[in-house]
Amino acid sequence: MSAALVEALERGLDAPICLTWELTYGCNLACAHCLSSSGRRDPAELSTAEAMAVIDELAAMSVFYVNIGGGEPTIRSDFYELVEHAVASGVGVKFSTNGTTMTAARARRLAATDYLDVQVSLDGADAATNDALRGAGSFAAARRAMDHLATAGFEGFKISVVVTRHNLHQLDALEALAAGYGAQLRLTRLRPSGRAAAIWSELHPTADQQVELYRWLVARPGVLTGDSFFHLSALGDPLPGLNLCGAGRVVCLIDPVGDVYACPFVLHEQFRAGSVRSHGGFAGVWRDSPLMRSLRAPTSPGACGSCGSYDSCRGGCMAAKFFTGLPLAGPDPECVHGLGAAALAAAGAQDERAAVAGGAAAGVQDERAAVAGGTAAGAAERRAGSPDHSTPVRISRHPRTRWPTSGR
Amino acid sequence: MRGVLIADFDPAAPYRLDPRVALRDEPFGALAYHYGSRRLSFLRSPELVEVLRCLERHTSAAAAVDSVVALPDRERHLRALAALVRSEMVVPG
Ligand code: SF4
Ligand code: SF4
Repeated sequence: MSAALVEALERGLDAPICLTWELTYGCNLACAHCLSSSGRRDPAELSTAEAMAVIDELAAMSVFYVNIGGGEPTIRSDFYELVEHAVASGVGVKFSTNGTTMTAARARRLAATDYLDVQVSLDGADAATNDALRGAGSFAAARRAMDHLATAGFEGFKISVVVTRHNLHQLDALEALAAGYGAQLRLTRLRPSGRAAAIWSELHPTADQQVELYRWLVARPGVLTGDSFFHLSALGDPLPGLNLCGAGRVVCLIDPVGDVYACPFVLHEQFRAGSVRSHGGFAGVWRDSPLMRSLRAPTSPGACGSCGSYDSCRGGCMAAKFFTGLPLAGPDPECVHGLGAAALAAAGAQDERAAVAGGAAAGVQDERAAVAGGTAAGAAERRAGSPDHSTPVRISRHPRTRWPTSGR
Repeated sequence: MRGVLIADFDPAAPYRLDPRVALRDEPFGALAYHYGSRRLSFLRSPELVEVLRCLERHTSAAAAVDSVVALPDRERHLRALAALVRSEMVVPG
């Protein structure tokens, strides 16, 4: 990708390329690593009429497609109505499901709908590995859904896997499973938000596994990743994709109650840009919110500045840094050169100091100011991240972050 | 490279944008999204976007390019069209 194009994307587009829309917080499963901490529906969730209006707005902005997730989106009784309205308006839909609500009839209906992609979430190649995270019976339910889709002739549905320490050795088996269904394998990164924040440190791939994952992906350009592993590009040739952080620039998220967040993975107050229920609607939030604007302003690479891999990795993922308490200008917690581990140790030490002092660590707060105000010095360089983030994984509603939050 | 280019794409033949492709204007040019293949392309010049928009009104790809850009830019635009043919954004007219 040309430098000029990267720069244009980093300055942000007038409308997102795609966005993630969590339709409901309701879910019949309770995955240990759920990024949106989903469970029960929120009574304030958007009504059918409000959701329809959002779709009309997206269509008017020429947003090509939305990634619908939740919770489990299919438990909304108007789910299929919304999907059909989106598709008919030229807004393609890719939705993530745990598969539990799939029936033969629904699979046939989905297979007959154009511009619709289905992603069935599966986090292991066998029931033991998958169910440890997603709950007893969830592997069997997902496989049943895949059987229905395949029988209905739904070609190329996606099997979406969050890569963890425990399933990384199963990548070949997962690839074979997808191939057996004529499905596409999609891998996404485990981000330490929502319920995953509590177990991230035991679950995220080890340093050796990151290298293994990089090699595996480089050899398989056909495996979808939604660009979520671009921090691994620091290991050599870049992985396919935009290799930049799309937050507030080319992607964002709408949550079930209509709040708009800059990044599809950071459902946290700090990154809430506004609400589709406000006067200017979604477009107003996207174009004019101070948070969105600040994310389009140049920022400093911080401690990554001296890294020879900065051009390909660009400091990694803002969300991963945010939820592990790292400065946003600086290395990703999973930095392949080991700087993340060092930074995590330092941030831990700072936390303790802050606790003792009864206040927040100053260095970390500075970084927050830089994000909020877009004022970081060293203007030429920019922050990092990744673009597509379509994906099944979701955001934290009540994240446990060690990042100091003001006034609380 | 030229051989491949000629094999896949004939500047003297008519082409058109696949009807499943949508264009969205951007300051750098446009985004092109193919609803069938779900493929996204970045069109990095407003002139190229103009060529795509008038492509099917011309009897050949070369004629469409010539209606928008001057001779020195011709080759570059034909190469871009050839790439779009390979990714099936542009199809024989
Ligand atoms: S130091 Fe920063 S830019 Fe370099 S590999 Fe680590 S995270 Fe990426
Ligand atoms: S790179 Fe990280 S912070 Fe940026 S958009 Fe992707 S998930 Fe969000």
